[in-house]
Amino acid sequence: MTTTIERAVDERTYASYSRPLLWRLVMTREFAIITVLITVFTYATGQIPNFDGPLTLYYLFLDTAPIMLIALPMTLVIITGEIDLSVASIMGLTSVMLGIGFSDVGLPMPVAILLALAVGAVCGGANGFLVAYVGLPSLAVTIGTLALYRGIAVGLLGTEAITDFPEYWTDLAKQRLVGDELTGGAIDSYPVILIPFVVLLVAFVWLLHFSSFGRGVYEIGLNDEAARFSGVDVERTKMWLFVLSGVVSAFAGIYYTLRFGSARGDNAEYYELQVIAAVLLGGVSIFGGRGALHGVVAGVLLIGVLQSAMRLDGTSTNIANIVIGLLLVGSVMLTSVLSWVSALTSGRARREPPPPPHNPQQSAASDATRSH
Amino acid sequence: MAEVVKAPQSPVLELAEVRKSFGPVVALRSGSLSVDAGSIHALIGENGAGKSTMVKIVAGVHRRDSGTFRFQGGDVDFGSTAESKGSGIAVIYQEPTLFPDLSVTENIFMGRMPRGRGRRIDRKAMWAEARELFQRLGVDIDPRRPALGLSIADQQIIEIAKAISLDASLLVMDEPTAALSGVEVQRLFAVARSLRDEGRALVFISHRFDEVFDLCDTVTVMRDGAYVGTHRVADTTVPELVKEMVGREVGDLYPKSPATIGEPILQVDDLQSAGVFHDVTFQVRAGEIVGLAGLVGAGRSEIARAVFGVDGYDSGSVRIGDRAVPPRSPRAAIKAGIAFIPEDRRQQGLVVDSSVARNVASVIRGGLTRGGLLTGRAENRAAAPWAAALEVKTNALDMAATTMSGGNQQKVVIAKWLATTPKLLIIDEPTRGIDVGTKAEVHRLLSELAGQGIAILMISSELPEVLGMADRVLVVCEGRITAELDRDTATPETVMAAATNTAPSELSLSKDAEMVHEVTA
Repeated sequence: MTTTIERAVDERTYASYSRPLLWRLVMTREFAIITVLITVFTYATGQIPNFDGPLTLYYLFLDTAPIMLIALPMTLVIITGEIDLSVASIMGLTSVMLGIGFSDVGLPMPVAILLALAVGAVCGGANGFLVAYVGLPSLAVTIGTLALYRGIAVGLLGTEAITDFPEYWTDLAKQRLVGDELTGGAIDSYPVILIPFVVLLVAFVWLLHFSSFGRGVYEIGLNDEAARFSGVDVERTKMWLFVLSGVVSAFAGIYYTLRFGSARGDNAEYYELQVIAAVLLGGVSIFGGRGALHGVVAGVLLIGVLQSAMRLDGTSTNIANIVIGLLLVGSVMLTSVLSWVSALTSGRARREPPPPPHNPQQSAASDATRSH
Repeated sequence: MAEVVKAPQSPVLELAEVRKSFGPVVALRSGSLSVDAGSIHALIGENGAGKSTMVKIVAGVHRRDSGTFRFQGGDVDFGSTAESKGSGIAVIYQEPTLFPDLSVTENIFMGRMPRGRGRRIDRKAMWAEARELFQRLGVDIDPRRPALGLSIADQQIIEIAKAISLDASLLVMDEPTAALSGVEVQRLFAVARSLRDEGRALVFISHRFDEVFDLCDTVTVMRDGAYVGTHRVADTTVPELVKEMVGREVGDLYPKSPATIGEPILQVDDLQSAGVFHDVTFQVRAGEIVGLAGLVGAGRSEIARAVFGVDGYDSGSVRIGDRAVPPRSPRAAIKAGIAFIPEDRRQQGLVVDSSVARNVASVIRGGLTRGGLLTGRAENRAAAPWAAALEVKTNALDMAATTMSGGNQQKVVIAKWLATTPKLLIIDEPTRGIDVGTKAEVHRLLSELAGQGIAILMISSELPEVLGMADRVLVVCEGRITAELDRDTATPETVMAAATNTAPSELSLSKDAEMVHEVTA
């Protein structure tokens, strides 16, 4: 069956974009954050002693790797308008599971790693089920599982730490991309953890920006009802995102454990706030529907660069936190500034007034003395 | 009003040539209403006739643009609902919105609770007064119980009690009986009559003629945002009122060309959803436009939503051709060839903050993936011809739909669904809130699509639209299909009668049974 509408006369054509390319690139939060990143990096390289040294970037990546990794699925979760606060607790729980699996049960390391990843998937799946299918708010659910998963982790291992991981694996976590031998002692190299990060980054960029699934992610964040009416499986999408968040958190937890050679229940506490701060700094709207991964990567790196620059400069971490906090607030404000500029230049500083209410219930709601 | 009033008493409420527009949309062109003390005045008209807008002006929700608005003999201009209430006007909506966790007494005295010693709220005095109010209204409600769990009828009584305690001289009831059972309606009417006998004025909005004739003294008819006429109920008849409500000659505005009607496309059997709709069986054939008529809240949209799988249903089946469409899956419905253009365009029809291209391509984008990649370029390329075919007015495909007019947005929604090459198009209120020009375009388009063999199920509250466009009309009343009328037998009267369920056999309330019988026959 064909449904072509024949109206040959006066066929309209449309420009694809209303603004020139340069404008579309520059007038974004992502561009602003990248600019800040480059500025801070350039300043630090020139002004802060030892920032341009060989170890700075190596440790920067080594330290921020868990946040970079978890920020990927977290971006998608926040774009759907949800949030996952349990990621750091999943890191802690998978760290403990890795330790118990390897040390107490005596599993071979690859099997223990798979077990830990599976635990991450189950944790994320539980979050996803409660949010997507039971319909509970993710803020409440993941505050609950933040405590729950952390509680299980600490309960399983108490205050002990499991530290007898094989050297091969703990070295691997700190491995440089190019070995010391090859560079002849020059240690100007990046940690190997960047390889899985880049692989995951490519995968998530494809998922969010170049797949039908990703379009659905944005639509859910902007208007989940309209998304459902367009055939987006809202529940399944959210479920998968929480599972992904759990698995990537588990991977980060494994990395963290091996990097420090220590499986503890309280590993990576409060990392969830750093991840969310980085994602928001990167231009993702906490209300959902807006954001892009290049901004998030810049956001994570900006936090990392600021922290290591200030550490090298001898500034206290409190000051670093204040700066990051101010940047975050500034980044959130930038959205309003940008839309204001955009509105000014398109000649309509104000939006159209909202349409009149259609039914008595709506007007009843606007009646100040009533409530639902 | 030809009738000579005994005393030279001026009306309590007087509106004349009141006009109200929202941006470019004129909701009320020339509204007039004159209500006397000690009488019950019915306000009737089709959906969109301007009744609600006028009520909202009286209630202080909206401010009129121009025209006269007098209350108790003086010119008034309410800027807020509080001002309106303070002057002695109470508006009771179809579904009252009480504070569910507060007691009924607290709801009645919200914001003006009597104070005892030490500025404490004097609960005893409040309860006593509430009890007295309920006694006067002849209802038995415990003043201390929470509002939560009260029936809608009882909630309305609470609102009325509030109005009486405020000593309102004018009560406006906006379709109060829509959700009430027969006994509850009779109780409400008894209360309304006693209020009238106390000398208060009442305005009663209803779609049900039997109620108008049972309860009211005078009736004002509105159509297309304007006053048509006022009559004493005793001097008028149902056919006369219907004629005034519908007014224009139906058919001219609707360019329905005859189409060849083919094979059945949609077959719905015994669809049932407890408390929503029952025993729904119908089919829609290729090239046919089937109109689903009925009152707002009768269950029409709910049936459509169940067919499309946005909502579930308890039993029954939906088939496209000879393939069963699984329940509760819009995805499966789309795959089977169903397109659904919902009633609430901004909330359900499209993602208003997303671009035109993304909206138009939103259902078909799965098929635009090349080499695993879905690019913006592919979406633009796919969206452009559909936007062009529907003459969507936009500068560029990346413009967000939020700034567009209602008619333009509707074109985007239609483009999005036509791009899926559907077998069945379900369209809920196709022209609600869009301008006259685009309205005609949408109608022409629907006619064309039917001509190409698409089956169309059209839900509309605008009677002329249903009668003008549909090959066949199914009338839904209280969740059941109460009538199936073909193009020749569908008239405003037959549809209205079926929609309001004023079939002769069920007319126990009306004293004008013979008259309605005349209409339905």
